[in-house]
Amino acid sequence: MSWLSPLAVDIIIAVLKAIVILLVAVVAGAFLSFVERRLLALWQDRYGPNRVGPFGSLQLAADMLKMFFKEDWIPSFADKKLFVLAPAIALGSLLLSFMIIPITPTWGVADLNIGILFFFAMAGINVYAVLFAGYSSANKYALLGAMRASAQTLSYEVFMGLSLMGIVAMTGSFNMRDIVNAQTDVWFIIPQFFGFCTFIIAGIAVTHRAPFDQPEAEQELADGYHVEYSGMKWGMFFVGEYVGVVLISALIATLFFGGWHGPLLPPFIWFLLKTCFFIMLFVLIRAALARPRYDAVMNFGWKFCLPLTLLNLLATGAVILLHASATT
Amino acid sequence: MIVEQVAQHWAITLFVLAVFGLCAFMIGAASLLGGRAWGHKKDTPYESGIVPAGDAHQRFSVKFYLVAMLFVIFDVEALYLFAWAVSVRESGWAGFVEASIFIIVLLVGLVYLNRIGALTWAPRKRIKRETEKT
Repeated sequence: MSWLSPLAVDIIIAVLKAIVILLVAVVAGAFLSFVERRLLALWQDRYGPNRVGPFGSLQLAADMLKMFFKEDWIPSFADKKLFVLAPAIALGSLLLSFMIIPITPTWGVADLNIGILFFFAMAGINVYAVLFAGYSSANKYALLGAMRASAQTLSYEVFMGLSLMGIVAMTGSFNMRDIVNAQTDVWFIIPQFFGFCTFIIAGIAVTHRAPFDQPEAEQELADGYHVEYSGMKWGMFFVGEYVGVVLISALIATLFFGGWHGPLLPPFIWFLLKTCFFIMLFVLIRAALARPRYDAVMNFGWKFCLPLTLLNLLATGAVILLHASATT
Repeated sequence: MIVEQVAQHWAITLFVLAVFGLCAFMIGAASLLGGRAWGHKKDTPYESGIVPAGDAHQRFSVKFYLVAMLFVIFDVEALYLFAWAVSVRESGWAGFVEASIFIIVLLVGLVYLNRIGALTWAPRKRIKRETEKT
């Protein structure tokens, strides 16, 4: 066993951890399709899926089997390369972002110094999935949905970055572990309350979840940019959306609610509880709120949230400098 | 420390490869496993049962292009602010004054865009009706 040097052992452990994190992210995203239907049913006085397995818990397996054996239809009028590429980008870009999330002090794939910036980059690439899907489908609904979706996502991405800059200013680093460690005394939700409000709104809008789901509005666009998709490609858009929900929830828990910090319970349980709470909140928002008009969504982003994040950043900077000059 | 970094690079590489592999597997396996069916009107775009008229790549509102331009302007500005945010303590009050001048110029720009109606999405008729009401 001469090849099993300490370095090799370290590498194997790190790689195994990375693979486990990836699998958990995918399975959590896929399982969320079942959880969301059950939760929505609970809040709407229905049963939801409850036939397959105990309490319907095997619904996911049934859905997977069904989607894998559906016809994988690529429309003859579609731009075939982009048509196949789009769902891969939709799922892949969000899965890659899981790399930067520090789950516990010892678990996490990459301890990158650019940290949050990597997430912004991946969220930016995710816009291409929607654009490619809408453009390559050669369908009017799909194109309109894609235009709406990308305009909305771009508008909300402008201040998504700015909403987190208050945290970066307070920590003095983009590194996610530094940000979590800076929250040992007080969670960032308290000094950065406006940052939290704008980030959660931007997060919902960027994953186009209700109430920001105009791009997919069933009543007018018959599902928007993925109207021509079927089978597993459609499933990848769907899983991608749920992976986005898990990702944004994990980011909110990490950035604003102290990540793994908490009394009594082990770090992993705290991270899990916080993330699950925000996933539940996403579903509750979908169950509770109606869809606003498109111009109202755009107005809210540009005229309210963008100035608010700019002023929040400025105020944060002023407070930090005042504090620094008072202590020295 | 070096050992940890090497292990981390391996983990990142394998993670990225695994994500690509997963996406490729989902698309590849589904295209192999799926059935094939033939239908008379299968090769028409879905438009809720209406026979499609004209090309799908048609013109749409110029507003969407405008949003793209605004995004470029404001996102580049956000990048400068990222650089300031991460070095607030180092750049001190001088940096703060510069950042506030920058942000004020941007806010003035936003107000200007609002005044010329670049951020107004409602149809002209509705704007007119609402301004007459007030």
